[in-house]
Amino acid sequence: MSIKVYVPRDATALSLGAGPVATAIQDEAQRRGLDIQLIRNGSRGLFWLEPLVEVETEGGRHAYGPVTAADVTSLFESRFFEGRGHRLHQGLTEEIKELRSQQRLTFARVGVTDPVSVEDYVAHGGYEGLTRALAMPPAAIVQAVTDSGLRGRGGAAFPTGIKWKTVLDQPPQQKYVTCNADEGDSGTFADRMLMEGDPLMLIEGMTIAGIAVGATQGYIYLRVEYPHAHRALNEAIAAARAAGYLGPNILGSGRQFELEVRLGAGAYICGEETSMLESLEGRRGEVRVRPPLPAIKGLFGQPTVVNNVISLASVPVILARGAEFYKNFGTGRSRGTIPLQLAGNIKRGGLIERAFGLTLRELIYDYGGGSASGRPIRAVQVGGPLGAYIPASQFDTAIDYEALSNIGALLGHGGVVAFDDTVDMAGMARYAMEFCAKESCGKCTPCRIGSTRGVELMDRVIANIDRERNLQLVEELCDTLLHGSLCGLGGMTPFPVQSALKYFPEDFRKSVQ
Amino acid sequence: MNADRALRDPHDDGLNDHAREQIEASLAAHAGRPGPLLQVLHEVQDRLGYVPAAAVPVIAEALNVSRAEVHGVVTFYHHFRQSPAGRHVIQLCQAEACRAMHCEQLTQHAQRKLGIGLHETTADGRYTLEPVYCLGNCACSPAMMIDGRLYGRVTPESFDDLIAPLS
Ligand SMILES: Cc1cc2nc3c(=O)[nH]c(=O)nc-3n(C[C@H](O)[C@H](O)[C@H](O)COP(=O)(O)O)c2cc1C
Ligand code: SF4
Ligand code: FES
Repeated sequence: MSIKVYVPRDATALSLGAGPVATAIQDEAQRRGLDIQLIRNGSRGLFWLEPLVEVETEGGRHAYGPVTAADVTSLFESRFFEGRGHRLHQGLTEEIKELRSQQRLTFARVGVTDPVSVEDYVAHGGYEGLTRALAMPPAAIVQAVTDSGLRGRGGAAFPTGIKWKTVLDQPPQQKYVTCNADEGDSGTFADRMLMEGDPLMLIEGMTIAGIAVGATQGYIYLRVEYPHAHRALNEAIAAARAAGYLGPNILGSGRQFELEVRLGAGAYICGEETSMLESLEGRRGEVRVRPPLPAIKGLFGQPTVVNNVISLASVPVILARGAEFYKNFGTGRSRGTIPLQLAGNIKRGGLIERAFGLTLRELIYDYGGGSASGRPIRAVQVGGPLGAYIPASQFDTAIDYEALSNIGALLGHGGVVAFDDTVDMAGMARYAMEFCAKESCGKCTPCRIGSTRGVELMDRVIANIDRERNLQLVEELCDTLLHGSLCGLGGMTPFPVQSALKYFPEDFRKSVQ
Repeated sequence: MNADRALRDPHDDGLNDHAREQIEASLAAHAGRPGPLLQVLHEVQDRLGYVPAAAVPVIAEALNVSRAEVHGVVTFYHHFRQSPAGRHVIQLCQAEACRAMHCEQLTQHAQRKLGIGLHETTADGRYTLEPVYCLGNCACSPAMMIDGRLYGRVTPESFDDLIAPLS
């Protein structure tokens, strides 16, 4: 029997050299006449160990990492293919401390299976949710999603079931399911990892959504910066179609669902749902005025579900194991699990899926091991470029929607970016304004013009020109943005700026060199 | 630019046969689907390296939309180019997680090394340097992409090593 060896095809693993490692393993096995089966899996999300090579043995999967192509010969010499010891041996993968303590529901298969094999997917519990859904009335599917307590993981945290119900309640007509895979937030990569590591789960979730609301066509709006995810999605869609899980007659049920991936073109604003719909229709990504809600008049004017990748990928588990099962994870009104992404200046960065309620400190230190530089962590930014900066004094805050909102922060898509004490928070505040200016869709004056003015004001503050007065003007500008913006780009840019001003005032008053 | 001239017929202002063929093929690949403009522009840029100004009226006519609309879409999105890039496009991430790992210093190094600023192409047409706002590699910052290949934990030294073999 051939030996199964796993080398990730995940973009981060590839960025650290997984490609040459895979080639070297294949070459070395051939040279030694060893029969190995090389599987290109997703990443386990332990990025400090990538490229992480795994080998299947009778006793479980053994992990080796971080492996470079130069290590491959010695791995073979140590008989890693039997799970033997080596300098890079990490023991059984599932026993690695940072992985063992996670609660993986959405990421249960990521890193475990061959991402584009329907057979492997089904062997690991895939398509159980869809099978159940096909036997349920649409309203019962929607009810299960509502009962699970699932809230949108894209940022706004709106209850997914309620959104679906609105679409279901529209009279029968062409309806759409759209997946927001624009993942523009710095510090986030959960969508990417899922699309590269278990794309069939997203496909299954979208198919269930289609059956629930009566939509026959789905679109995945994918950012162009994710070419690896693009390939994985297209391969998985083709495999699902070939196996009868997509198409005109899903599993012989008479139900129809088709799926197409459409690429964005490098505009952050297109992650905002109405801008995304404009872009999907092939237009400039200008934000639409609401109402009407996309659920009533969305893509091409038709009722449309818009959900984030992780929201949709959470649905198969809810259907397969029941709303209660999912709901029993979490705390308060934050139910289920959240895939957190730990990034920036951090020793052990990666993906941590846990029930809501872990504290920032546990995340940054127990999982992350502190900063990469070895210096104290001074601040984290949670929730992407529109999220607040949180100082070390608040690291005991629990990671759930309410607890973060109580300290004036937000969870967003679950990205946590760590900064050590060399960070210049005035520079970060300036950058927030600059980003808003670059990415504004141009519809509202405060956002379009105000953000450019914000950059100028920050330049003066930093250069110590009429500093206190300009700081006052920055505050006033934040107020204007908060109240005079149509969407979150203008409306939330004040969060990073004001939190930086509030918690790190000394950085705005440094002497000029 | 040279490459721009290469796409044009020297005898008129329009597109040469090759460019016209590629644009027609791009239209054929997507025109049957709803709302195809963005996907057509992607296809044109993938085939020609940029979206030539002379392509705009051809696309507009084929999709039955105004030239202004096509032009408006091309200019809205950072990804679309209106002139050719260098042979290798180097994208340096400038977003927060990479800033936490001092990507500004890497960016300065890259600019000095290549003698160009962001959004610029070297005189020999070899490299184009661009900013990008997150590549989803934020746990291995600073991140960079060269011709669609992703790199993590990039240092000035590894930057030099990575660009040296590109011709
Ligand atoms: C400026 C801006 C950018 C956004 N970017 C994204 C994004 O990249 N991905 C995403 O899923 N949601 C993004 N959102 C949130 C979407 O508007 C929308 O709430 C979400 O896609 C709905 O899906 P969910 O309910 O499953 O979270 C963004 C919102 C704003 C205001
Ligand atoms: S706030 Fe900015 S991005 Fe949002 S709609 Fe207004 S101009 Fe567009
Ligand atoms: S912030 Fe640079 S890769 Fe995400």
